[in-house]
Amino acid sequence: MRFWPSVIALLRKDLLLEWRLKYAISGILLYMLCIVFILFLTFSDSVSDPVWVVLFWIVILFTAVNAVAKSFLLEGPARQLYYYTVAGPHAIILAKIIYNMAVMLVLSALAVCFYGITCGFPIVDDTSFMLALLLGATAFASVFSMISAIAGKASNSGTLMAILSFPMLIPVLIILIRITLKAIAANDGAANAQDLLYLTGLNILIIGMALILFPYLWRD
Amino acid sequence: MLKQLHNKWWKVLCVVLLLYTFGYGLFVPTPNVVLLHETIRNLFFHVPCWFAMLLLMLTSLIYSVMYLRKGRMIYDVVATNMLKVALLFGVLGYITGMLWGSYTWGNLTSWMTSDTKTLGAAIGLLIYFAYFILRGSIDDEEKRARVSAVYSIFAFVLLNVAINVVPRLKDSLHPGSGGNATFTVYDLDSHLRMVFYPAVFAYTTLGLWISSLLIRISILHYKQHHIDIE
Repeated sequence: MRFWPSVIALLRKDLLLEWRLKYAISGILLYMLCIVFILFLTFSDSVSDPVWVVLFWIVILFTAVNAVAKSFLLEGPARQLYYYTVAGPHAIILAKIIYNMAVMLVLSALAVCFYGITCGFPIVDDTSFMLALLLGATAFASVFSMISAIAGKASNSGTLMAILSFPMLIPVLIILIRITLKAIAANDGAANAQDLLYLTGLNILIIGMALILFPYLWRD
Repeated sequence: MLKQLHNKWWKVLCVVLLLYTFGYGLFVPTPNVVLLHETIRNLFFHVPCWFAMLLLMLTSLIYSVMYLRKGRMIYDVVATNMLKVALLFGVLGYITGMLWGSYTWGNLTSWMTSDTKTLGAAIGLLIYFAYFILRGSIDDEEKRARVSAVYSIFAFVLLNVAINVVPRLKDSLHPGSGGNATFTVYDLDSHLRMVFYPAVFAYTTLGLWISSLLIRISILHYKQHHIDIE
């Protein structure tokens, strides 16, 4: 099959599976709702800005690890073998990354709603925050997609998912937290331009590395 | 490369220079800088750890790439054993750094979150500890070598780019950044350099020596089962 048609076919397959197994995505949603509710109970009245920011990104991080982990882990070796016979490795990893990116965008939009309603919404610079959310969701989705492909080859993949990917995401998280803190401090988009550019570059690098390295990984 | 590692001369040089570092390093006259005082001697014991670690990690990365290209088991053996020793030097560098920081920057751990270089080193160590856990949880040898090579390359490239970006965002407490002077400023009579450069050489060769021994043990393991991987 040619490249783009097979990417689109794989994306359609993932969407269709998600639609048929609605409990999977609703499970993740409920998980996120529970974390936010616990935070809401703990905060009671007010919360300082740094704490708000850090906990928000931790909510996104843990939602992402649960939502994206299943991308390669749930599909058994036999089914993966079938995909590998009908599509190339680049198409498979790209389709996974795009699909997970879409899932992460929906989930982070919902997280902003829940978190904003329950714990307050101190953001002033909305544009920077939205861009950070977009780039952050992309980075989480692509790193977790690649790591779940790696962890899927090992036996205790659940634990491995977290320990393999969290150290790599610490720099991304640091930049995201900086952007969000600045977006709370003042409505000045120019202050965040450099950080947003770094994040974009990092995203391109992650996806590039995934495309280069996945062909060595996919076959058994 | 493995053939050259059997030579003796550089091992003798390594031992002599290590003795020199740990002997003369304690007696060499120091520039007596405010705040650092005699702790400046830790330059000979702390900084070479990172040099040795970085060299071993880079070599391991090259061998990982070579494994993915050629698929020969020996490359995987070299890459892993070098990383083991690199981790050892990383932990030693961390411990000596914590001791140094406790005298110059405050207590043992308060600077851990505020200093970007320490943060980078911590992330690097976490990544490579995870590497060994990943290896431990795959049984098949070929698969283990391939998957861990992919992870090692992915992590190393991302980490390095990230580490080179993040320090630009925040000042480090380390010399040479955030308006801090480098050691060349203090080292007016080159006494420090006379110990520092030999120390770097001694530590890196010690690292290569230990890893070459580990590699030879692994090769013997294979030979025991009559598998020739060289």
